[in-house]
Amino acid sequence: MTILAAVVAIGLMLWNESGVARATFGLRFLIPSLQSAWDPVNDRYQAWAFIYGTLITSGIAIALAVPVGVGVAVFLAELCPPWLHTSLDWLVELLAAIPSVVYGLWGIFVFLPVVVEPVGKLLESSLGRVPLLSLLFAGPMPASGSSRLAAGLILSIMILPTIAAVTRDIFRAIPDAQREASLALGATRWETIWRALIPYGTSGILGAVILGLGRALGETMAVTMVIGNSIESSPSLLRPGYTMSSVIANEFAEAVSKMHTQVLVEVGLILFVMTLLLNALARLLVWRVARRSTMEVRA
Amino acid sequence: MSVVRSASLLVSAAYQRRRRVVNAGMLSITGLLTLLALAPLFWIVGYVIARGGRSLNLAFFTQLPRPLGMDGGGVLHAIEGTLLLALLASAFAIPPGLLAALYAARHPNTPLGVALRFATDVLSGVPSIVIGLFGYALIVRPQGHFSALAGGAALALIMVPTVTRTTEEMLKLVPHSLREASLALGAPEWKTSLSVVLPAALNGILTGVLLGIARAAGETAPLLFTALGNERFEAVQILTGAIQGRQGIGQILNRLFEQPVDSLPLTLWKYAQQPYPERINQAWAVALVLMILVLVLNITARVWIATRARRLRG
Amino acid sequence: MRVPVNRSESANAASPTPQTKIQVKDLAVAYGSFRAVAEVNLEIPETAITAIIGPSGCGKSTLLRTFNRMTDLVAGARVTGEVTLDGADIYAPTVDVVDVRRRVGMVFQRPNPFPKSIFDNVAYGPRLYGVSRRAALAEIVEHSLRKAALWDEVRDKLHTSAPALSGGQQQRLCIARALAVEPEVILMDEPCSALDPIATLKIEDLMRSLAVTYTIVIVTHNMQQAARVSDITAMMMLGEDRKTGTIIEVGDTKSIFTGPKDKRTEDYVTGRFG
Repeated sequence: MTILAAVVAIGLMLWNESGVARATFGLRFLIPSLQSAWDPVNDRYQAWAFIYGTLITSGIAIALAVPVGVGVAVFLAELCPPWLHTSLDWLVELLAAIPSVVYGLWGIFVFLPVVVEPVGKLLESSLGRVPLLSLLFAGPMPASGSSRLAAGLILSIMILPTIAAVTRDIFRAIPDAQREASLALGATRWETIWRALIPYGTSGILGAVILGLGRALGETMAVTMVIGNSIESSPSLLRPGYTMSSVIANEFAEAVSKMHTQVLVEVGLILFVMTLLLNALARLLVWRVARRSTMEVRA
Repeated sequence: MSVVRSASLLVSAAYQRRRRVVNAGMLSITGLLTLLALAPLFWIVGYVIARGGRSLNLAFFTQLPRPLGMDGGGVLHAIEGTLLLALLASAFAIPPGLLAALYAARHPNTPLGVALRFATDVLSGVPSIVIGLFGYALIVRPQGHFSALAGGAALALIMVPTVTRTTEEMLKLVPHSLREASLALGAPEWKTSLSVVLPAALNGILTGVLLGIARAAGETAPLLFTALGNERFEAVQILTGAIQGRQGIGQILNRLFEQPVDSLPLTLWKYAQQPYPERINQAWAVALVLMILVLVLNITARVWIATRARRLRG
Repeated sequence: MRVPVNRSESANAASPTPQTKIQVKDLAVAYGSFRAVAEVNLEIPETAITAIIGPSGCGKSTLLRTFNRMTDLVAGARVTGEVTLDGADIYAPTVDVVDVRRRVGMVFQRPNPFPKSIFDNVAYGPRLYGVSRRAALAEIVEHSLRKAALWDEVRDKLHTSAPALSGGQQQRLCIARALAVEPEVILMDEPCSALDPIATLKIEDLMRSLAVTYTIVIVTHNMQQAARVSDITAMMMLGEDRKTGTIIEVGDTKSIFTGPKDKRTEDYVTGRFG
């Protein structure tokens, strides 16, 4: 009976692939290439625009969520007074419980006008003028603020709890003996965290980051609601974009031609494989730190 | 003979002071970052309450939507849809989830136990939209139509990892002594699991289910191509109509489960994209209801877990 | 066959009475409402080995940890009384804890090297103090490893992983690591209890050579070790209430073991209990 459960889980993945395999024949040239051509009418497809969109928004999310997440984890694990522990842990995890569509709604009507637009204008006028960086920060940002930047920022809020919670657990798993060793040598608390604990937990922290990245890649609703959903030739963060999950969400229900459908499924396959690999890698890294903490000293 | 000092470690008072300042500075920054991280939580929750609360009224909960341009109307169809989907998803997710958890908790080091845990982790990492595609391929396409059944199945896939993982955690909290006492009395393995361990962990299982529902209730993407959405769905009408028309159980179930159905998140998604102010207002109200639902489920579950863990630790 | 050398005899011949390095007055340690240690008065002489012995659970480690303020790390710990290092109370509000801990180093019961290379372990301390040039660090690392009698064994593999060493080597590495920040006192909390007899003897030899330069305070439940190695022995036990530990007798090691004044000490060292 329990084998059913396992098989369901694994079978699901295999089936998915086979369902998609039908899309793959004849469409090998989807993955490479940089030309953005998405033309359902003439059945010409090129997925790079979406892959880029997914990668860049996730990249922004990681760049922001990792320092903040690790900082939060350090606070929760090392500095937080005991009576504050449970409540703060809760609150951080509650951030992860808010449904994606709610983030999206708030994103469109609150976050975009209040945060993204001013930030976008600032970036455009400052970094957008710098020669190389202007590629990434060229304007103009649409009046609504819908942009890759917006999606990246909202994503960073959404993956922050994942990174923070896992990293916090990593820190809590580090044996006290390590802290004592550092402090007894005359190190300050920060020096202990920075020079002893973080190096100790590096692979675990990396695992947390990868888990967060996996979540960011697959996130659909909030991203779709604020990214503008248009295929843009400019790589700029300030312009609207399109992600893999968004295009599937927007176009699948109305896809008419068989090719169109299969192409979308193939995009889904790419997404699936990416998250699968990342997930496995992350679990491996986290597991390695846990194992190291329980290894005994050889006598 | 006095203590020998090498010159290499003489440190100035200024350097020491700098170390202290850096220490205080960095530690404060982590505190600030925590505040920064929690700010969106309060911002979103507060805003949704304020903006959504304005559009909440009784009609909201008890009526179907009115055509655009007309005032009033509600989201009864979405509420019923969410409940129906939650029911279906739970029905699909609980049996395999429980069994998997039971097995994995009891035999953590066997190949099957490891594989189960691995599969659960992998499943939890699959993007929800991909699960939707899967549901489409598996149920909608063969059946030829969108349905609550397909939606429930897709949501079940999302629920299973949460149910399994939480149940497994709670099962691990059950003290060995209970299990051993039963085995010592001569009860076979599976009976022990079923009649001793399971009831003791029932609380925990419930929390797993609650958390699973909380997660599934908030999902939109898997429903986009499975349940699709249906603004005219109304369960009570179906039931009363069926009873009046003396329809058989099979037919009733068919009408309930085999139609496309809306859910709160789906409705939110649709309304948010429409340029009509009354729809936008309703979207905020839906957000409020959805958020309350999810947060209440979450908080209840976590409180349960905390008290349970504390009680078992004794 | 090892003959325990009573160092204080030969030292007395050459120099006047050693100065007190650490003075403990009316020390008490409480964790919340639980008093772990109370009414402790003790003088630790410099460049000598002082052993604190007693049955397990009587608070020896707690007492030791007050000497470098490691008790501060336990939430709810309160220390009352005075612990002076070279005459200055280390618990005064203006004192920099970090500096105290540099001057009073500590080696723990289980070796706890960082998961870094041997070099980086020993260099950890000096790097905190801004030593960054390769040459300077290498010199300090070699110096410390030599003092810890580990240099010859690891000189060719300084950049290999420290946790890969044997238990005895790891402990000597921890000693080298502590030495690298040039402490004045070295505290050792049952340093040999996780080691085999051969490694133990190596560390005891090391202790004696270090005591020429550093003040050493060792907590041990191994009486023979205390008798072999220390100059001064302090006997610690649970007091009347069977909950709070206190020092019941202090004296030079020879007399503690051959002619203790307190009956409880006598019972303990003759193995009647404990």
